[in-house]
Amino acid sequence: MAIAARDFRELRLDGMSRNFGTVNALKGVTLNVRRGEFIALLGPSGCGKSTALNCLAGLLTLSGGSIWLDKTRIDRLAPEERGFGMVFQNYALFPHMSVRKNIGFGLNMQGRPKAEIERKVDEALAIVRLGDQGEKLPGQLSGGQQQRVAIARAIVIEPPLVLMDEPLSNLDAKLRLEMRAEIRRIHELIGSATIYVTHDQEEALSLADRIVVMRAGEVRQVGTPEDLYVRPAHADVAEFMGYRNQIRSRATKSGNLVNVSIGGVSLQGTPIENVSDGEVVAAVRPDDLKVAAGGPISATVESAQYHGHDFYCLGRTDEGIELYFRLSQKVKKGDAVRLAADADRVLVYSRAAP
Amino acid sequence: MSERAVNAAPERMPLRVRLALHDLDAVTLLVLPAVIFVIALFVYPFVYGFVLSFQPKTGDWLTNYRKFFSDPFLYDTIGATFRLAIPATLINVLISVPVALRVRRLERRRVLTTILVVPITLGTVLIAQGLLIYLGPQGWFNRVMAIIGVGQVRLVHNYVGVMLSLIMSGFPFTFLLTLSYLTGIDPSLEQAASTLGAKARARFVHILLPLLAQGLAINLCLSFVQTFSVFPSAVLLGAPAGETRVISIAAYQAAYEQYNYSMASAVAMIMGFCQLAVVVLILAGRNFVYRGAVTGGKG
Amino acid sequence: MMEDKPIGERLWAIAIWVLVIFFVINVLATIAAVAVDSFGTRWFNSWLPAGFTTCWYSSAWDEFQLHDVLIVTFEVVGAVVLLAGLLGVPAAYALARRNFPGKQAVILLFLLPMMIPPITFGIPLATVLYQAHLGGNMSGVILANLVPTVPFVVLVMIPFIEQIDPRIEAAARVFGAGTGRLFVHVLVPLLAPGILAALLLVLVRTIAMFELTFFTAGPDSQTLVVTLYYAVGSAGVRSNQSIDAMAVVYMLTTLVWLLIALRFVDPTQIVTRAKREAAH
Repeated sequence: MAIAARDFRELRLDGMSRNFGTVNALKGVTLNVRRGEFIALLGPSGCGKSTALNCLAGLLTLSGGSIWLDKTRIDRLAPEERGFGMVFQNYALFPHMSVRKNIGFGLNMQGRPKAEIERKVDEALAIVRLGDQGEKLPGQLSGGQQQRVAIARAIVIEPPLVLMDEPLSNLDAKLRLEMRAEIRRIHELIGSATIYVTHDQEEALSLADRIVVMRAGEVRQVGTPEDLYVRPAHADVAEFMGYRNQIRSRATKSGNLVNVSIGGVSLQGTPIENVSDGEVVAAVRPDDLKVAAGGPISATVESAQYHGHDFYCLGRTDEGIELYFRLSQKVKKGDAVRLAADADRVLVYSRAAP
Repeated sequence: MSERAVNAAPERMPLRVRLALHDLDAVTLLVLPAVIFVIALFVYPFVYGFVLSFQPKTGDWLTNYRKFFSDPFLYDTIGATFRLAIPATLINVLISVPVALRVRRLERRRVLTTILVVPITLGTVLIAQGLLIYLGPQGWFNRVMAIIGVGQVRLVHNYVGVMLSLIMSGFPFTFLLTLSYLTGIDPSLEQAASTLGAKARARFVHILLPLLAQGLAINLCLSFVQTFSVFPSAVLLGAPAGETRVISIAAYQAAYEQYNYSMASAVAMIMGFCQLAVVVLILAGRNFVYRGAVTGGKG
Repeated sequence: MMEDKPIGERLWAIAIWVLVIFFVINVLATIAAVAVDSFGTRWFNSWLPAGFTTCWYSSAWDEFQLHDVLIVTFEVVGAVVLLAGLLGVPAAYALARRNFPGKQAVILLFLLPMMIPPITFGIPLATVLYQAHLGGNMSGVILANLVPTVPFVVLVMIPFIEQIDPRIEAAARVFGAGTGRLFVHVLVPLLAPGILAALLLVLVRTIAMFELTFFTAGPDSQTLVVTLYYAVGSAGVRSNQSIDAMAVVYMLTTLVWLLIALRFVDPTQIVTRAKREAAH
C-alpha cells in the first residue's frame, strides 16, 4: 500500500492540562498510545475530550504538562509543524476547492511534485471509495461523502496519528453504522494510530482497541472495550457504559462478596471499589436483571417498550425503587414480576468515591 | 353512484386561496406603502431627471451632454473625481484587510470598533472642519512635523486634504465590512489548513483570500460609489475651483448657481453612469472568484 | 498561537498596530481640535489657545440661531424616524414572511436608494420637490431624507424578523389570535429590540445626513449639519471659534444618540447590517 502511516513507537501524554480562565477543562491527563492503536476518548459533553484532542492537534496550547512523540517534545509546536491528520466534526472541507484539491492540500503544503500529489490523491480516493467524485465541490456532496473526503484528506499526508472529533455525529443512524465500519477498515489499512472522540459508548465499544473514559476533565478509566463493559471502575463510568440501574443502598460484607439490600431484600454483589460496610451504589445492567420465578425482588411493571427483539421495561418495587430490565415475553402495566441478578453482574461501588 | 358526478369538473378554487398559494395575501399588501413611496420619490425623480437632461431650455436634446463634454471646465471634473475616488477606494479597502486580520483576534474589539464608528457618525462636514484646524498651518499636525524635522506640510485646501478626509471617513466603513466578512468565514477551515501544514501566509493565500474575494468586491463597489460622490469635503477642505473640482460640484453649480435644472440633471446622470460603469466592471470581475458559502460542511 | 513567532511576523504585527493607533490618534485629534478651539479665547500661534472661555457658545447660539436650528433638526429627525418606521417595518415583515412573485424586484427597488449616493438622485429629487412646491420647506426636507431611510429600515429589519420562528406566529393563530392581536401581543414585543435598534440607527444617520437636506432645504428648514456647512464655508466672514462651538453642539447631538444606540446595537451593525443585505 503506497499510503502508509509514518512510523513511531509511542505517543505520550504527560499530565496534559488546559484551563479556560477559572475553568479546568483538562486536569492532568496521562496516557500512552502505541503505533497502530485505535483509542477512543469517551465521555459526556463537557468532559474535556474535545479539548484534549485540540491540545493534541496544537489548536490549543497546554496550560500544563507535555506531549511527547517518542523522544521529541511536541506540545510547543504549531499545528502546521506536527504533521497529524485531523478530521473535524463539521468536516471543514474548503468550500472553494474541488474534492481533489481538498485532499491534495496537505501534500501541496509539503511541496511535493505535482505528479506525486495526483497519484496519492487517486489512491486516497480509492481507499475511501469516492473515485469518481474528484472534480466535485464539497457543496455538491452528501454528508457521508463529505465525511469520506475529510478522512481522505487527513490520511493522504501519511500522518503517524489521525485525530477524529466526533466525525459521525452529524450523520443519520444508518449512515453512521456504515461509516463506522469504513473508519475501522481504513484505520487498519493505513496502520496509523487513531484517537477518536465520541460520546456514544456503542461507537467506542465497536471501534476502539482501548477506551479512555473521561469526566470533568479527568481520566476515569482506561481499558479495553471488554474491561469497560464488564468491569467499569467507578459508578459514573458504569452509568455511562449502560449500567442504567444505579441503586443506592447499604452493604455488608459476605466473604468475597457483599450483601446489598434493595427494597428490604438482600442481593449479593461484587465489590469493585473499597466498600467497607458503608453507603454504596449497586449498578446492574438492564439485561442482567432477569425475570425469574423465585427471584428475590418483587416489582410492578410501570411501562414496557416494545423493542422488537424484546421488551424494555421499567418496574417499581414496593418501596418505590425504579428498576430497568429486559424481558422477551409480553407484559403490561400493572403486572407483577420477580427479578434476580447474578452476584458477578451486580457491581457495588462506594458512594463516597468522587 | 353517479358517473356524472365523477366526470364533473373540479370546483374552481376561490380567488383568495389561489392568490394565497402564490403568497399574495393581506400581509403582502403591507409592502405596498413603502414600495409606492420609493417609486414616487426615487424612481420617478430619477426618470424625471433623466428625461429632463434631454430637455434643455435652448438647443436640441443633446445640448447638455455636448456642452459637458466640450467644456474642459466641466469634463475635467470626471478626471478630478476619479483621481480622488480610485486611490481612496483602493487604500481604504486594501488596507482594511491586514488590519482586519490582526484585529479579529482581539478580545476588546468593541472599544476599537466604537472609536472607528465615530467618524462615520459625525459625517464629512464635521471631519472637514476638524481637519481644517488640525492639519492647518498652525495646527498640531504641522507642529509635530516641525518638531521631528519634516517642516511644514501643505495639507489643507488641496488634493491631499480631501484625500485624507476620504480616508478618515471611508476607512471605518471598509474596515468594519471586511471584518464582518472575515469573521463570517468558518474558523475550522483555517484550523484544518494548519493541521495540514499551512503556515499563516499559506492560510491567507489559499483559504482566506479566495473566500474573502467576493466580499472584497462588494466592499470595493460600495466604497467607490461613496468616494465618487464626495462633495462637502471637496468644497471645504479642497480647492473647489482647481484640483478638487469634482463632478458633484459641477452638478451643484448648474442647479443652484445657474438655475439650469436640465443641465444639473444631465451632470447627475453622467455621474451616475460613471459609478455604474465601475460597479459593473468590479462585479464582472467577481465572476472569476469563488462565490458561495464560507462554511466547511454539513456540520 | 505558539510562543516563538518568527521575527518577520512580529514586525508585521507591530506595523499594523502602529497604523491603527496612528489612525485613531488622528481621529481623536481632529475632534479635539474642534473642541479645543471652541473653548479658546485666541488661538493663533501656539499649541493651545491663549486662554479658555465659553463665550463662543453663547455667541454661536445667537449668531446661528441655534435654538431654532436645533428645533428644526429634531422635528425633521423625529418625523423621519417615525415615518420610516411606519412605512418600513410592515414592508420588512411582508418581505420576510412572504415569497411573492416580484419579490426580487421589490428588494432591488429598496436596494437602489441605498446604493446610489444621495448626490446622484438628490438633484433630480430636489427639482421634483420644488416643482411640487414642497421644496425649500420642512416637508420637502423630511421627504427627501426618507428616501434612503425607508429602504434602510426595511433592509435592517428583515433579518430581525426572519430570526423570529414563524411557528410562533402560527401557534398564536392556532390559539385564536387575529392579525391585530398577533401584532400587538406577539410580534411587537419580539421585534421591539430590533425596531429600537433600527430606529436609533436611523436617528444617528439622519442627523448627519448632509446632501439631501442641503439640496431641499430653505433658509428656515435647515438642519444643524447644513447650517454648519454654510458657516464653515463662510469662515472668513464669521469667527472660527463660534463655528467650532456650533460644531461641538453638532458633535454632542450625534454622539449622544450614538452612545444610546450602542447600548442596543453592536457598532459593526451600523455599517454592515445594511450593506451586507445590500450586497446579497
